[in-house]
Amino acid sequence: MPKDTLIRGPVYVLEDNIDTDLLIPACYLNLVPTIPEEYRKLGSYALAGLPDSFPKFASNPDGTTPFPIVIGGRNFGCGSSREHAPIALGAAGAKAVVAESYARIFFRNSVATGEIFPLESQTRLCEAFKTGDEAEIDMTSNTLTRLADGAVFPLKPIGAVAPVIAAGGMFAYAREIGMIKK
Amino acid sequence: MTITEKILARESGASLVSPGDNIWVNAGILLTHDVCGPGTIGIFQREFGNDAKVFDPEKIVILPDHYIFTADEKAHRNVDILRAFVKEQGLPYFYDPGTERYCGVCHVALPELGHVRPGETIFGTDSHTCTHGALGAFSTGIGNTDAGFIMGTGKLLVKVPPTLRFVLDGEMPAYVSAKDLILHIIGDIGVDGATYCAMEFAGTAIDALSIEERCTICNMAVEAGAKNGIIAPDAQTLAYVKARTAKSFEPLYSDPGAQVQAEYRYDVATLEPVVARPHLPDNKALARACRDVKVDQVYIGSCTGGKLEDFVMAARIMKGRKVAVRTLLVPATRVVEQGLVDTTIDGQSLRQIFEAAGVEPIAPPSCAACLGGPIDTFGRTHGHEVVVSTTNRNFIGRMGSKDSQIYLASPYTAAASALTGHITDPRDIA
Repeated sequence: MPKDTLIRGPVYVLEDNIDTDLLIPACYLNLVPTIPEEYRKLGSYALAGLPDSFPKFASNPDGTTPFPIVIGGRNFGCGSSREHAPIALGAAGAKAVVAESYARIFFRNSVATGEIFPLESQTRLCEAFKTGDEAEIDMTSNTLTRLADGAVFPLKPIGAVAPVIAAGGMFAYAREIGMIKK
Repeated sequence: MTITEKILARESGASLVSPGDNIWVNAGILLTHDVCGPGTIGIFQREFGNDAKVFDPEKIVILPDHYIFTADEKAHRNVDILRAFVKEQGLPYFYDPGTERYCGVCHVALPELGHVRPGETIFGTDSHTCTHGALGAFSTGIGNTDAGFIMGTGKLLVKVPPTLRFVLDGEMPAYVSAKDLILHIIGDIGVDGATYCAMEFAGTAIDALSIEERCTICNMAVEAGAKNGIIAPDAQTLAYVKARTAKSFEPLYSDPGAQVQAEYRYDVATLEPVVARPHLPDNKALARACRDVKVDQVYIGSCTGGKLEDFVMAARIMKGRKVAVRTLLVPATRVVEQGLVDTTIDGQSLRQIFEAAGVEPIAPPSCAACLGGPIDTFGRTHGHEVVVSTTNRNFIGRMGSKDSQIYLASPYTAAASALTGHITDPRDIA
């Protein structure tokens, strides 16, 4: 789990209903995320299901992404329960998704794994940003700032899962509250 | 309380729970398969140690089903990981693809095997785990991390979902099936219309549905974003379950007047066969309105549309006729596969009807092309195919190729479209 409260870098802009088959196509589900080499491979295939009209997400030569922030619309992560989806984003080096709303399992998997921050915007951002725009997320003030002109977009407070995110995922949280042994 | 709230209350030791409460819930069954099982095991071992024992071997069910009939080496490696873990932990409910015990698609096999019991909780590493609410269980899909947590503790932190109640009354018209009902509902409320909610289905039309047809409805609750789908158990449910398990169970039911977030009412007598057009399950259109869509391939299979009754519906349409396009049949489980031989219409077995109609050789049970999968998966799309499919998702690339177009439909509509080569309302050729 990244502990930084500031996330800065270029954004990758998507649309509504980004499903888990776009995030990680099923042909790569033979990779097991807990095997380190396969975890890295999953990162290199993050968003490989997108139509070819989208620029490649994990475009760095080492299979990671130059985009630490992903912007989506409504219902981000709909579809499968495959944890490979948030893991692929995290393994590629993305730190946060900012979307208007999330599909339940994707949000839960993001929190439980601590791979990425699933943040919710208060307004629609898909048209306010274009891929490559530099931006900064401040998790203390719950804002996303477009660096070119300083425009500030408010994020929703993280809510009931904040303690799980703060702990760094499901297991860390369960240890913190004594559900399982340290 | 609603049935969902009552089950969660009982399994968390609380007398009362309300939507939004975050509670620790006991897992009645943890279900996993070959795609998510190895990662779940990896997390369990990393977090609890290599010598750790699972919380209860009797409550873990492993049904490999996704990548079974493939030459993909990693897919085989993954099943080997499951085998080694099952041996080490002494798990009794492993249905090994290399043996007679192999079943096929986990969501069709789980109730067949008697692992689904009313009033219990089921957590599964697959989004279509919501299927099992059809038998009055709380059943939901989770990721590997949560599954690894359950494997070690038997518990999971769950947010109690608000309930959306769908009351379906009236008599089902001929050639309209449960698949049409759920496609109508998803089309009306949208792919995020039930996000975080329980979808509870009730009414005389639900009462009249078979267990398999109820499963089709609950199976697709996740396509509207729901946490679970659920149907109150009735005499039919109890008979189905008792025929398959000797374990005792205690059904729960919604209180009369239990508070729900919203109620939707349908008169099913007014509904017609529909399809979901590419690329979302809520992109509803009447089958008749799509008759100009030329079809390259028809696919009948999966946890949604590969049950015995799905094939009975298809056979009723195909009997005595010839398919006009490539038609792929994948029975969901071995039981369904055997049912194709044992079930007859006017003295002809389903298998004979399909073979006479000229379908492709019937594939062995597995998830197959429903989710694309490895390159050599049976039925996987590789080009610009237009597919009519009884499966659950029509996302871009879902069946393999990013360029193919998937129309979700009932077995009746899929079979009718196979005969004509274009999307066809089954009533127009029946």
